[in-house]
Amino acid sequence: MAEEEEEETELSEKQKIEIAKWFLLNSPPGEIYYVAKDVKSILHDDDLYNKAASEAFPVYNKSHFISLPMPDRSGDVLVTSFGELEGYAYLDPRTAQVAIVDHVKQVCTEVRPATDEELPSPYIEEFRCALDAEILKYVEESYPKGVCSVYCANGKDIEGPGSDFEFAVVISAARHSPQNFCNGSWCSVWNIEFKDDQQTVEVKGKIEVDAHYFEEGNVQLDAKHECKDSTLFQAPDDCAVSISSIIRHHETEYLASLEASYLNLPDSTFKDLRRKLPVTRTLFPWHNTLQFSLTRDISKELGIGKRVRAWLDSVFSPGRVGGEDWQSSSFSGGVFIEKRASPNEWQILMESRS
Amino acid sequence: MEAAMGLMRRIPAKHTDTALSALLSLMPNHSSDLLSQIDQPLQVLCDVDCGKEFILCEYNRDADSYRSPWSNKYHPSLEDGSLPSLELRKLEVEANDIFAIYRDQYYEGGISSVYMWEDGNEGFVACFLIKKDGSKTGQGRRGYLEEGAWDAIHVIEVGPEEEENTNYRLTSTVMLTLTTNNESSGTFSLSGSIRRQMTMKLSVADGHLCNMGRMIEEMESKLRYSLDQVYFGKTREMVCTLRPPSEVLQIRIPES
Repeated sequence: MAEEEEEETELSEKQKIEIAKWFLLNSPPGEIYYVAKDVKSILHDDDLYNKAASEAFPVYNKSHFISLPMPDRSGDVLVTSFGELEGYAYLDPRTAQVAIVDHVKQVCTEVRPATDEELPSPYIEEFRCALDAEILKYVEESYPKGVCSVYCANGKDIEGPGSDFEFAVVISAARHSPQNFCNGSWCSVWNIEFKDDQQTVEVKGKIEVDAHYFEEGNVQLDAKHECKDSTLFQAPDDCAVSISSIIRHHETEYLASLEASYLNLPDSTFKDLRRKLPVTRTLFPWHNTLQFSLTRDISKELGIGKRVRAWLDSVFSPGRVGGEDWQSSSFSGGVFIEKRASPNEWQILMESRS
Repeated sequence: MEAAMGLMRRIPAKHTDTALSALLSLMPNHSSDLLSQIDQPLQVLCDVDCGKEFILCEYNRDADSYRSPWSNKYHPSLEDGSLPSLELRKLEVEANDIFAIYRDQYYEGGISSVYMWEDGNEGFVACFLIKKDGSKTGQGRRGYLEEGAWDAIHVIEVGPEEEENTNYRLTSTVMLTLTTNNESSGTFSLSGSIRRQMTMKLSVADGHLCNMGRMIEEMESKLRYSLDQVYFGKTREMVCTLRPPSEVLQIRIPES
C-alpha cells in the first residue's frame, strides 16, 4: 500500500528530464559543467541524465556563445545560431571552415573546409571580410580574451548592388576562475542591415553581461542593454570602419554606464533597501529602549495619523519632558519625534507614517 | 544533499523558489533537510485582528497555519497551535515593538516580525525577520529601483544563564535583489544571498533584547558591507577583466 502511494507521487521520467534541463539551462556562465555533475548525482540515473544533457547543452552553448578552439589550431570557433549548420556543425566564416562540435563535452572534434554553398557570394564576402578585419582589430584591443565573428545572416547569395542584406556581428568574452569563485561573460550581438534602396546601414546591438561570485554566498550580476544607430552605405572598407567605430563607441559608453551603476550603489541605490546607518545617524540605542515606551504609548493610545501629528505638534513643538527637550516634526506623510541630543542636534527617536 | 546545496550556490537568486520546488520533487526523502537548509524569499500574511502584516517562516508555522506576533493567533485559525510560554511571549511582544523601531530607522519602511520559542535546554531561540520592498512602486523612498527586495533572517540560539553570562549563537541570512532600468544603461541587476554566523558570550545584565539587538545590528551592517564591497565589488572586477575600462581605449581612438 505504502509502495503504491509512493509510485503515484513519483515523477515521470519526462518530468525528471525537464527539471534536469531547467537546472542546466539556468547555469551561470561557464558553470554548466559543475551544475551537470550535481544534477547527475541527484538524478542517479545516467540514461535520464544523458537525455537531459544532450538536449540542454546545445541550447546553453548557443545562447552563451561559447568559443571552442579548432583542432587544427586555426583559431576559435564561436557556437552561435548564426553559424549553425546541420549536424552540430558551426561555420567559422573567417577561416571558411566548418567545425563539428561535441556539445556535452564542449569541444570541437574536427574541422572541414566549408563548401561554396555554405559561404557567401564574392560581393557579400567583400563587405563581410572588411568588417571582420575591423571588428577583429577592435576586439583584440578592447577585450583581453574576446572572440568575434561576422556572419551573413541574410542575403548571402546576392551577386551585386540592388538588394538588401544583413550581417550579424558576435563578440563574446568569457572569464572562468573557479578557484577564485568567480565567473563572468560579456556577449554582444550586433545586427547590421544594409539597405540598398535607402543607401543606409542600420546597426542594432544587444549586449549582455553576467558575472557570478560565489565564495560563501551566491551573488550574480545580470545586465542587459539594447541600442541602435545608423551610417551610410559606402564601399566595403568605409562601411567596415564606420560600423566598427559605432560598435566601439556604444560598447565603450555602455561599459561607462555599468561603472556608473556600480558607483551609485553604496549611497543611492542600495540605500533604498537598507541604510548604512539609521535615520538618526547613530547606532540604535539598544541599551536605552525604555525611551521608546513614552512615544510608543502615545501612538498606541491615539493611533498613528493626522490626529497624532496635530496633538504632538502642540505637545512637543518643542517641549520639555522629564528634563529633556523634545519636538515633533512632520514630513510628507509622516511624523518624527525627536529628542535634543546636543545643543544643535536632534536625535530622531521615532518615525511613523500616516 | 551535497549536490543539492552545490546547485543552490549556482542557480540565480530569482529562481530560488523554482529550484527548491524542483529539488523537493526530485528528492522527496530529503524534504526536511532541503527546507531547513535552503532559505526562501519571505512571505507575508495580514493579521486579521489588527490589520498589520507579519512574516511567515518555519518558526511560526504549525501545520498549515502561521502565528502572528501581533495577536499571538494562528492564521488560518488553529486550535491547540503551539504558543510560547507567557514569560517568553512577554519578551516576544517587547522585541517586536523595539525591532519595529529599529527596522524603521534602518529601512525607512518594510515589515518585521520576531518569534521566540523554548528549546527544551533551559534556553530559547529567537527569530528576527525583516522584509523590505525598496522598489519605486514599493517603499523605495528615493525611487531608484525598478525592483528591490531585501529579506533578512536572523536566528539566535540563546543558551541557559551561566554565572550571569549567556551564550548567543546568531545565524543570519540576507537575500536581496536590486534592479535599475533606464534608457541609457538598460537593465542592471544584482541579486543573491549570503549567510554568516556569530557567537558571543554576553552578560545578562543588559537584558537579552539588548544583547540580541546589538548582535543583529552588527551582523546586518557587516552583511550589508560585504554585499556592497566584496560581492558586488567582485562582479564589478569581473566586468573590468572582461572588458577593461576605457582609459586605454581613449588614447587609441584618434587613429581610426
